[in-house]
Amino acid sequence: MANLTAELEKERVRIEKAARQCGLDFFETIFEIVTYDQLNQIASYGGFPVRYPHWRFGMEYEHLSKSYEYGLSKIYELVINNDPCYAYLMEGNEFVDQKLVMAHVFGHCDFFKNNQWFSPTHRKMMDEMANHATRIRRYIDRFGQEVVEEFIDKCLSLENLIDRYSAYNHIKIQVPEIGLEDPKFDVENSPQKSLSQTQLKEFIPGRLPVHREYMESFINPPSLLKKAEELQRSTQQTTPVFPAKPEKDILQFLIYHAPLAPWQQDVMSIIREEAYYFAPQGMTKIMNEGWASYWHSKIMTERIMSDAEIVDFADRHSGTMAMSPTSFNPYKVGIELFRDIEDRWNKGRFGKEWEECDNLTTKQTWDQKLGRGREKIFEVRRNYNDVTFIDEFLTEDFCVKNKMFVYKFNKRTQQFEVDTRDFPEIKKKFLFQLTNFGQPIISVADANFNNRGELLLTHLFEGVEMQPDYMNETMKNLFSIWTRPVHMATVLDGEKKLVGFDGKEFHQNPASELPVGGQS
Amino acid sequence: MGIREDHNRFRDIVRGRIRQNFKKYISHGEMIGKREKDFVKIPIPSIDTPRFKYGPKQMGGVGQGQGQPGDGVDSDGEGAGKAGNSSGEHLLEVDITFEELADILGEELQLPRINPKGNRAVDSLVTKYTGRAPVGPESLRHFKASYKEALKRHISSGTYQAENPIIVPIRRDFRYRTFRRTTKPHANAVVIYMMDVSGSMGDEQKEIVRLESFWINTWLKRNYKGLDTRFIIHDAAAKEVDEKTFFSTSESGGTLISSAYKLCKKIIEQDYPLSDWNIYPFHFSDGDNWSGEDTRLCIKMLQEFFLPNVNMFGYGQVESKYGSGQFLKDLEKGLPDEQKLTLSKIESRDKIMQSIKEFLGKGR
Repeated sequence: MANLTAELEKERVRIEKAARQCGLDFFETIFEIVTYDQLNQIASYGGFPVRYPHWRFGMEYEHLSKSYEYGLSKIYELVINNDPCYAYLMEGNEFVDQKLVMAHVFGHCDFFKNNQWFSPTHRKMMDEMANHATRIRRYIDRFGQEVVEEFIDKCLSLENLIDRYSAYNHIKIQVPEIGLEDPKFDVENSPQKSLSQTQLKEFIPGRLPVHREYMESFINPPSLLKKAEELQRSTQQTTPVFPAKPEKDILQFLIYHAPLAPWQQDVMSIIREEAYYFAPQGMTKIMNEGWASYWHSKIMTERIMSDAEIVDFADRHSGTMAMSPTSFNPYKVGIELFRDIEDRWNKGRFGKEWEECDNLTTKQTWDQKLGRGREKIFEVRRNYNDVTFIDEFLTEDFCVKNKMFVYKFNKRTQQFEVDTRDFPEIKKKFLFQLTNFGQPIISVADANFNNRGELLLTHLFEGVEMQPDYMNETMKNLFSIWTRPVHMATVLDGEKKLVGFDGKEFHQNPASELPVGGQS
Repeated sequence: MGIREDHNRFRDIVRGRIRQNFKKYISHGEMIGKREKDFVKIPIPSIDTPRFKYGPKQMGGVGQGQGQPGDGVDSDGEGAGKAGNSSGEHLLEVDITFEELADILGEELQLPRINPKGNRAVDSLVTKYTGRAPVGPESLRHFKASYKEALKRHISSGTYQAENPIIVPIRRDFRYRTFRRTTKPHANAVVIYMMDVSGSMGDEQKEIVRLESFWINTWLKRNYKGLDTRFIIHDAAAKEVDEKTFFSTSESGGTLISSAYKLCKKIIEQDYPLSDWNIYPFHFSDGDNWSGEDTRLCIKMLQEFFLPNVNMFGYGQVESKYGSGQFLKDLEKGLPDEQKLTLSKIESRDKIMQSIKEFLGKGR
């Protein structure tokens, strides 16, 4: 690793100045020059120089270095959300590439700092990751690599079971303070229950206050009291469901309530913390890349680039914006949407009058010369995530202009086919892909299922089924953590099913009552 | 950086997975299909971390580009997008070298190392004329170099006359060729595969032979620096073919096993001096032979030529519904207690592993 060369440093200063003049606001950004191998290493660690030891990083490294060596892919840029921001440039890239990357990186840094979804992320994550590594290494020294690694494998299998949209949840869990014994999280002494118990002691159920003793049998006749007592008993038998509300942050739930050793709780809390750290990057992929691309293009073309570099720049830029038939390119969709928003707010093409205008000629020449475009995109970058971004700003004109379509798998021809170019369909599919980062929404519904301490998970079914083999394997992992049978209420082959795993085999039962849709 | 550690750990896990599923790999051909020069590609199914996730086929998605509803979507046309912070989905295919593979095979089947026969040199000496020296035998005198030296001496001493260019060499001018002996790794083992391609050997039988020969090759390659392979097919007559033809030919007609043995003997005598080579003939058939007479001839050839000269003679009998399986019994009867003759019966794919162990388990 090395610092920037004198030429690059000169450019960096220019680009940083240009970026600040454009109104971008970012943490101090440190660039380092690395070789392709170092870049692959850092990339396989998710951008960090130090991570806890795990084979999956090795797998990622093998994949990255193979595809680089065979010329299939090349990483241009890598930047991490940290204060200060660290960004890596690859040694041997062309000069214009490096400039482009630097401009792009400043866009990302501005986004990291200012987008609200990033606000709860740990800004000293580089140090935190190193601390995680130390902690896990310590456990490895103590308990053995196989043991710890096996447990990490299981945690990683559940890594996506966090509540992404609770941005203000407490991300950090102080595990050592909240052990299993902690009364705060003891089911027996949960607030509802202890309340009812104290009530029991003080009052006989159904008994009304009596001021004169001889009035007792009249005000509280024994038959009535008996009835009330029965009622009380029956309500007591329908024990309150725990957790009281379905819990989406399953990792947190397991940390508190699964029978784990302290070191296991700690390891799981590390995995959870890192998952929360990376979550906003998944939730704002389109916006983040779009924003960075918007600014690299703006800064490069308007301020930085020399005439001789224009062809190379255009080549690189168009390569990044290339469209693929089977997946939308977040760079492309993002940059086009930002430009579209800027244009619309510059010309005042929004609001009631615009929506209700059905005169095509007026619409085409609509320009109120508001000039509020720049202001609007900064507002958008602060307040939105991909879902709200697409929901609010994806327009029919945009889909037509960018030739978007929905594709699906045709079982007859055994291939993916263009399904429709209908705007509502595209938008629906788009939002579905983005919601919860394209992951099924799963929550813990009951931790005492069948009154036998079994775990019931529910999958909020939205028309797409889970991949069964993956589901089964994950349930096995979940079982080994919960140590009691695990159930999943979901839909398989078009039917509502309750799938259970008891440590030996899977059971499938048709289920009638499933939380389908509409549940918060 | 810790990535080396993680990478090695990953490779270890891969090796472990291969070991776990080794039986399956042995009896399935998909791995051999992905053979390259120094390594094979092995698809590893379940090294991915399982998650609750949507199946890609159920899901579909949003794309961009040309096309009418109903048109296929080409999934290869990806643009040169930048790598982001999420790793792409990829089916894991690991490269593993033949050496590693052979080691795993050896460990799984507990194969002993092969002791090459005799003290034969693994390497051969090659003489190469590389330099010049001022002394040497007259027969190696280099005329041109000697002339140049003489010319140089004449010019530098001023005795050279351009109009009368007579050069007289003296002892000092002579230059001689020198040679250097280099050792060159020598292919010193040869495997000769013979296979019955008469009508009774079906595709499944050939596939078994193909798989078995792949593993035999892998193991022998690990034990010898160089390995030659030759292929002979036979029905009533034998001929030598290349590897591809060997596994794809299907003939009809009778079976004269002796024809293959004769050709094999000819090849050995022609190309592989017995004193320098470790020779491994393997013969695969379904056990049918034309006549008892021919079988007797085969046994006689084995006794007189093959068994005294080769490291091992392997006969693998692949069960087929047409074959009688008589040949194996005849060999057992005709040549009892022959150490160098290894007989193996392969009833189905699942028995390949057992058969490999029988062939290679003796450490010859």
